[in-house]
Amino acid sequence: MKKLLVLAFVLVMAASCAVQPGQKSYTVSVNQIVEHPALDAVRNGFQDTLKEKGYDVKYNVHIAQGNISTANLIARQILGEKPDLVLAIATPTAQACAQVIKKIPILITAVTDPVGAGLVDSLEKPGGNISGMTDMSPVDRQVDLIREFIPGIKKLGIIYNSGESNSISILKVLKEVSSARGIIVEEATVTNSSGVTQAAKSLVGRVEAIYIPTDNTVVSVFEAITKVAAENDLPLFAADVDSVPRGAVAALAIDYYRMGRQTGEMAARVLGGADTATMPVETLKDLKLYLNLKSAADMGISVPDSVRKRADKIIE
Amino acid sequence: MTWYAFSGALEQGFAYGLMVLGVYLTFRILDFPDLTVDGSLPLGAAVSAVAITKGIDPYISLLLALAAGFVAGMVTGILNTKFKILHLLASILTMIALYSINIRIMGRPNMTLLGKSTILDPFYARGMEASIAAPILFGGISLLAVGFLMWFLHTEVGLAILATGDNKQMITSQGVNTHNVIIFGVGLSNALVALSGAMICQNQGAADVNMGVGTIVAGLASVIIGETVVGDRSIKRAVIAALMGSIIYRLAIAFALGLKLGKFSFSPSDLNLVTALLVVAALTLPKVRQRLRI
Repeated sequence: MKKLLVLAFVLVMAASCAVQPGQKSYTVSVNQIVEHPALDAVRNGFQDTLKEKGYDVKYNVHIAQGNISTANLIARQILGEKPDLVLAIATPTAQACAQVIKKIPILITAVTDPVGAGLVDSLEKPGGNISGMTDMSPVDRQVDLIREFIPGIKKLGIIYNSGESNSISILKVLKEVSSARGIIVEEATVTNSSGVTQAAKSLVGRVEAIYIPTDNTVVSVFEAITKVAAENDLPLFAADVDSVPRGAVAALAIDYYRMGRQTGEMAARVLGGADTATMPVETLKDLKLYLNLKSAADMGISVPDSVRKRADKIIE
Repeated sequence: MTWYAFSGALEQGFAYGLMVLGVYLTFRILDFPDLTVDGSLPLGAAVSAVAITKGIDPYISLLLALAAGFVAGMVTGILNTKFKILHLLASILTMIALYSINIRIMGRPNMTLLGKSTILDPFYARGMEASIAAPILFGGISLLAVGFLMWFLHTEVGLAILATGDNKQMITSQGVNTHNVIIFGVGLSNALVALSGAMICQNQGAADVNMGVGTIVAGLASVIIGETVVGDRSIKRAVIAALMGSIIYRLAIAFALGLKLGKFSFSPSDLNLVTALLVVAALTLPKVRQRLRI
């Protein structure tokens, strides 16, 4: 009888939690590698979603300022904060948390290759206290967009930082996708942002268009590439929409704010008791298309009507 | 500061302590500003990570990292002495070359060790918590290194290194080949740095080619903090000071991370500023105290 009462009590408590999540307050600790518009957008989307759902959440936001050893210290700090949930934004912070935090559920987000990074067993069945979202670029659809602009394109250039593991994963996919479409990929690598102009110039005359992946180092100085591309009539395509106002002709990309929102939905399920071990790693299906007509004119390329019609935003 | 944050700072302080000892050896003893460390720290991590992934015992992987770091340091030393390249430039050249070499070694920029065996496994097997095991193990290893350096700097070779840094002309006239001393000294320093990198990567669960960025800055800061707080009147004291400096530096970061003053808490982007201010406070406090006593 006593057990039954306890069970009934627990059920009532659980039900009341489900109806009014706002009554219980939660703590979420965030470990973010660096402050960056895309990563900040993820965090904002996450927080907005939980707020709209009526969760009373206290956040401990930590940013490692680009330093991996600080990311490790933050992981220990979070262990002491005893949060209900950990949000790890980007690969190095996710790895730092995964190594230290074994009992608190961790949601990773903006991680390109969670399996390769050793964070989950598989995308379908993570198998531990970690699940979340990948931001693997839809490279195939991005290459198809470039082909809409330049139908017979044979040579595509890419600039990336050889030290960013996300970029290496994207490069691998880009090469597969391109060779299936008869396109040769020409690479220009940099190791820091000061080498980007030189890398862009090295592609002039060798390629018909340049594709810039979601590479933190290269994107941080996007204007430098815009300048070289405009001077040499080389159409420039990006993998993030924020680079379009900065000079890319077009970008078909993940909306990082929406990605944060979807991660927030996952967080609500985890706080409601869902098990991360059986929660598949999610990807963002709907993409955003941005166009920059001025850049198109500068870089000597006409915008097909089909692209213009479905653009989410057109910059004149 | 919570217990986890404190033990985390201790373990990082000890793990990076070996790197600081290496920096102390070149910067203070050899008088050789050596930027190789930004490359040799991830070198040690890369070698250790690849070795472990290939099934080699994690402790043996430390020795391999040590050897790799020694070779990297020797290259800097040879560039400086035999090729007559200025020490600063020689070390920069090795550092930038190591970036590519490290990616070659790993075959990619980031290599995960999550779920692989590490030097901490024997401790976990005895049911020890990570927050206790890591500071004990890293503390033990760095104290061994401190002991080794204290002994080594009083051997004949060690004294030759000290003398080379102090007065090159004098030691040359004593019949010592300063070239060999510099090559060996910079090698030894980078061996310690690479060992540090190997321990750090096993502790954090991944080796990353970018993990070395800013190593020399942290190393120099730690050396100077240690000298100011602990003192450098004797070699023994200075070696201990270097390790203490590393711990104080990491404690300052941990403290800055957890800092909240009433309703006002620092914005996450203030972290580096707060860390810098805390270090300034640590450096000036002893002097202020002295003044007040007089």
